[in-house]
Amino acid sequence: MLWETIRLAVQAIFRNALRSFLTVLGIVIGVGAVIAMVTVGQGSTEQVTADVEKLGSNLLMVLPGEDAMEGGPPGTAAAMFDLRTNNLLEEQLALIEVSAPMAMSRGRVVFGNKNRRTDIVGTDNRYFTVAGWEIAQGRIFDPAELKSGRPVCVIGETVRKDLFGSIDPVGEVIRIRKLSCQIIGLLRSKGASTFGSDQDDFAIMPLRTYHNRISGNRDVNLMFAAVRDGVPTDRAVREVEVVMRDLRRIGRGEDDDFTVMDMKQIASMLSGITGVLTGLLSAVAAVSLLVGGIGIMNIMLVSVTERTREIGIRLAIGAQARQVLMQFLVEAVILSLFGGLIGIIAGLSLGYLGATLLAIPFRPALGVVMTAFGFSAAVGVIFGYFPAQRAARMNPIDALRHE
Amino acid sequence: MAEAAVPPLPLIHLHGISRVYGSGEAEVRALDGVDLDIHEGEFVAIMGPSGSGKSTAMNVIGCLDAPTSGHYEYSGVEVAGLTRDQRALLRRHYLGFVFQGYNLLPRTTALQNVELPLIYKGMGRAERHAAATQALAKVGLEDRAHHDPSALSGGQQQRVAIARALAGNPQVVLADEPTGNLDTKLSRDIMEVLKGLNQSDGLTIVMVTHEAEMARYARRLIWMVDGRVERDTPTEQAT
Repeated sequence: MLWETIRLAVQAIFRNALRSFLTVLGIVIGVGAVIAMVTVGQGSTEQVTADVEKLGSNLLMVLPGEDAMEGGPPGTAAAMFDLRTNNLLEEQLALIEVSAPMAMSRGRVVFGNKNRRTDIVGTDNRYFTVAGWEIAQGRIFDPAELKSGRPVCVIGETVRKDLFGSIDPVGEVIRIRKLSCQIIGLLRSKGASTFGSDQDDFAIMPLRTYHNRISGNRDVNLMFAAVRDGVPTDRAVREVEVVMRDLRRIGRGEDDDFTVMDMKQIASMLSGITGVLTGLLSAVAAVSLLVGGIGIMNIMLVSVTERTREIGIRLAIGAQARQVLMQFLVEAVILSLFGGLIGIIAGLSLGYLGATLLAIPFRPALGVVMTAFGFSAAVGVIFGYFPAQRAARMNPIDALRHE
Repeated sequence: MAEAAVPPLPLIHLHGISRVYGSGEAEVRALDGVDLDIHEGEFVAIMGPSGSGKSTAMNVIGCLDAPTSGHYEYSGVEVAGLTRDQRALLRRHYLGFVFQGYNLLPRTTALQNVELPLIYKGMGRAERHAAATQALAKVGLEDRAHHDPSALSGGQQQRVAIARALAGNPQVVLADEPTGNLDTKLSRDIMEVLKGLNQSDGLTIVMVTHEAEMARYARRLIWMVDGRVERDTPTEQAT
C-alpha cells in the first residue's frame, strides 16, 4: 500500500504540475539563497583571516588619534606625525626593523586622454620593504630623487592597465593632480584584497615630492613598521607606545593621541567587518527563505478548494481518511525533498561560483544547509498537509461541495 | 409456498431518519423521520421539490453524510455503529456514486479516473486496468480512455463517472441528479445506460432527479416533501 501511496502521490504531483513546480521553486529559492550567501560569507571571513596572517604578524601600524579605526572620525583632534617621528621611532627601538612614513590622499592621475582617481602616496623605499612589494619593471627611488623630491613615481598594476593599456609605462610622464611626474617603476600585482578592494590601485612618489607638490605640509598620516623576527607582538606594541608617548610629549595620566595596531587587531577588526557582512547576507538569505516559504504557503492555500474537492471525491469512492492524508503527506515530502535537493545543489553551485569569482575559499556549512532545508521542507509539509487534514476530517459530502 | 411470501430483508433500511442542520432559530430539518426500504435489484427514483431533502436522503444512504437521528441499516448492519473508516470500506466495496457535477479528478485521464476506486480496493495494476477498460466499454467510452475530463463533453464525463461507479462492482449505484447538467438527448442516453445496468446486471440503482421523464426510467418512484416520504409508487414504465 505504501508503494501504491507513493505512486498516487507522484501521479498527483504530475497532475498538478504548476502547483508542484511553484512549490519546488519556493523551496529551491529559499534553500539555494541561504546556502549560497552563507557559503560566500564564511569563505570571505576565512579569506580575511588567512590574508592577514599572510601579511605577517610582525607588522605594526601607528595612526594618529585615539582608536583611529574604531572610534569616530579618525585623527580629528590629534596632530599628524612627521618624518622625524618615524625616523626617531625606528632609531630608538631596536626591535623595530624598519618603519615607513606614509602620507596619502585621493587624486586624479592623467595620461594622454585617459585618467583615473587613485591613491596618491608619498613615502620612501622603506615602504616597499615593509609591505613586501616587488618591482615588476623599472626601479624604486634613488637617494637623490628622495632627497630633492623629484617628480618621479612608481605605479601599481591597476593604474598601468587603466592608463597605458599595451604601452610600456616606464619612462612616460603622467600628471598627478597638477604635478607632471615621470614613471620610474611598476610594482608586481598583488591582486584584490579580501574585500575586493584593489591593492594595486595607487601611485607612489617620494615623501618630499608629496609634501612639496601635493599636500603642501609635512604631515605623515601613518607609520608602517616591521618588527624584528622573534619579538612578541604585544611587547613591540607596548614599547612603541612608550616611545611614542615620549616623542609626542604626552604627560602622565593623559590619554594616548595615537593608536598602535598589530595585525592581530587588524585581523579581528576585519573579521568583525566580514562578520557583519556575513550577518547581513544571512539576513537577506533569511528573507529569501521566508519569501520562498510564503510562496509555498500561498500556492498550497490557493489550491485548498481544489484539493478539498479531490479529497471529497476520494473519500466518496471509498478511500479512508488516513490513506488520503498519507498520499498528501507523501506528496508534500517528495516535493520538499526534491526542491530541497535542487536548492542545495543550486546553492552550493552558486556559492562555489561566487567563491571562485571572489577568489575566496569555498566553505559550505552543513548546519546552514540542514537548517535551510529543514525550514523549507517544514513549510511545504505543514501547508501541504494541514489543509488536507482538515478536509479529510469533514463529512465527504461537505468536502465534495467545498467552494 | 408460505416461505416465498416472506419478503427478503431489504438491502437498505431507513427508519425514522432525520437530518438537522444548524440549531435554534436557524435549525433546518432536511430530513424529518424518513422510513424507506430498498431491496436488491430495484431501480428507485427519488423526486420532490427543491429543499424536500431528496439529496440529503441520498447522501445519508451513501454514508457521505451522517443522520442526526434514526436507524439506517445497510444489509442488516447498523451504519451508525460503524467508524468513519468502516463507512469508507462500505462505500468502497458496496456503493458507487454518480454526481450531478460529475466530480471527476481534473487533469486525470478517463481511465485513471475509473481506476481510482480500484486502487483503494487494492487491485493490482493489470487487473485494475482491465476492469477500468471494461467499465468504460460498458458506457461506450473505450475510445476516450486517455482523454482528460476537460476534453470530454458533459455527457461523456457523466458516463466516465458512471464507469467509475461501476468499476468497483458495487451492489448499489447512487446517482444524484445524474442528468441535471445534460440536455434531453444526452440525459436519455445516460438513463438508458443506467436502465440497462439495472436490467441486465441486476444492479440496484437509487437516483435523485427532478425531471419526471427521467424518473420514468425507474421502476419505483418515491416522492418527498419537507423531509418526508409522501408517496411511494411503482412508475409506469417508459418504453
